[in-house]
Amino acid sequence: MRELAASTITDQVAEMCEEANIYLGEDVFSALKDALETEESPTGKEVLKQLIENVEIARNEQIPICQDTGFAVFFVEWGQDVHLTGGSLEEAINAGVKRGYDEGYLRKSIVKDPLFDRKNTGDNTPAVIYTDMVPGDKVKISFAPKGGGSENMSAVKMLKPSDGEEGFVDFVVNQVKTAGPNPCPPIVVGVGIGGTFDKVAVLSKKALFRPVGESNPDPRFAELEKKIKDKINDLGVGPQGFGGRTFALAVHIEDYPSHIASMAAAVNLNCHACRHLEREL
Amino acid sequence: MEPKKIQAPLSDDDVMALKAGDTVLINGVIYTARDAAHKKLVELMDKGEDLPIDLQGQFIFYVGPTPAKPGQAIGSAGPTTSGRMDAYTPKMLEKGMKACIGKGLRSQVVKDALKEHKGVYLAATGGAGALLSKKIKKSEVVAYPELGPEAIHRLEVEDFPATVVNDAYGNDLYEEGAKQYAR
Ligand code: SF4
Repeated sequence: MRELAASTITDQVAEMCEEANIYLGEDVFSALKDALETEESPTGKEVLKQLIENVEIARNEQIPICQDTGFAVFFVEWGQDVHLTGGSLEEAINAGVKRGYDEGYLRKSIVKDPLFDRKNTGDNTPAVIYTDMVPGDKVKISFAPKGGGSENMSAVKMLKPSDGEEGFVDFVVNQVKTAGPNPCPPIVVGVGIGGTFDKVAVLSKKALFRPVGESNPDPRFAELEKKIKDKINDLGVGPQGFGGRTFALAVHIEDYPSHIASMAAAVNLNCHACRHLEREL
Repeated sequence: MEPKKIQAPLSDDDVMALKAGDTVLINGVIYTARDAAHKKLVELMDKGEDLPIDLQGQFIFYVGPTPAKPGQAIGSAGPTTSGRMDAYTPKMLEKGMKACIGKGLRSQVVKDALKEHKGVYLAATGGAGALLSKKIKKSEVVAYPELGPEAIHRLEVEDFPATVVNDAYGNDLYEEGAKQYAR
């Protein structure tokens, strides 16, 4: 049995919070540069230039890419041969978030209760944490600071099996169309299909952790990702909604088996500040 | 098209010279306010009391920046979603505000109020917080310090880039832009 100290998790998480908010991943960065090549609208091009310059300024001057440094979302794959010592996983991660957001001068955007006095917790905790037990003796931590503007334009819908491919595509495209300029396009569209009401929402979130440029391993879904992306870009909404060719940088579909009576679907939107980071311990 | 340089505060003539789709570089003093500050300002208006800032001709920027590091004027400072301010915007315009800067869709009520009171709505690039922070040379809290990042700040800006979305003639770049490129 391998032992792993909770303090190691805290240290890693603190670093990841700072790093993810300041350095945009190469996957999204190169997608932005590719979009600048293909964008036809002059205003759209100007926006993309600003976004590329923004990534460079953030990197060079250690400033967060975006002021919304998000809800801290984690997917943890925990090898079942690893024994955590000196604390609980949840405490260890939240301690890391608290330190990372404080030392990194990141914005604290979490309020303690959603309905009544909405008082800021002051340290951006608690995080949202999903844990999967997996074989082996490694721990993989994936982190994404998730902005509110794009999160607010997300949705779950319990489609009927008879809605078929067309109903599914329409749901996704309409949701994105309704969002329009609000989620700071160009966007990354996370889509879930299958499973239960709760499962499909998590799938759509997980889809946002996939590197931009990678497709669903099932060629049928890979094809559908392309088709939906083209439909979205044909809306003409473009960068920041000012009109143009680049509304979506990518569409990622994550699928799961479905109940015979259901076809659950979810859309989780992310902006061009599609920050995600993985580390294996 | 070259961006137009504009100087805050704005007169009615300045506003009428701006059209949806224009890109501008803003210079001078602008103020920040988000949901919580708007709520307080409108409560004062409803009670007929004086506001902590004079809105005449002013720009309001919807932003909640990250904390500034030592030596920085401000942290990352991009716009937040404007729709959350829709309920307050007509009253702000009545009190003299001439321009607001945010990102995303506005309600028809806001668009009508822009026409009625001669105002403009501009979008700054959402998520370009690092770049926009470099255009802000000075920042100080002028009201509601208890609101933290949501306090009203007075910002001195130089060539702060933005795009006119809704002008005082009823044009809407979000609608027209998408129409032009849809296929
Ligand atoms: S939607 Fe994304 S880019 Fe836009 S403000 Fe929110 S986190 Fe930043």
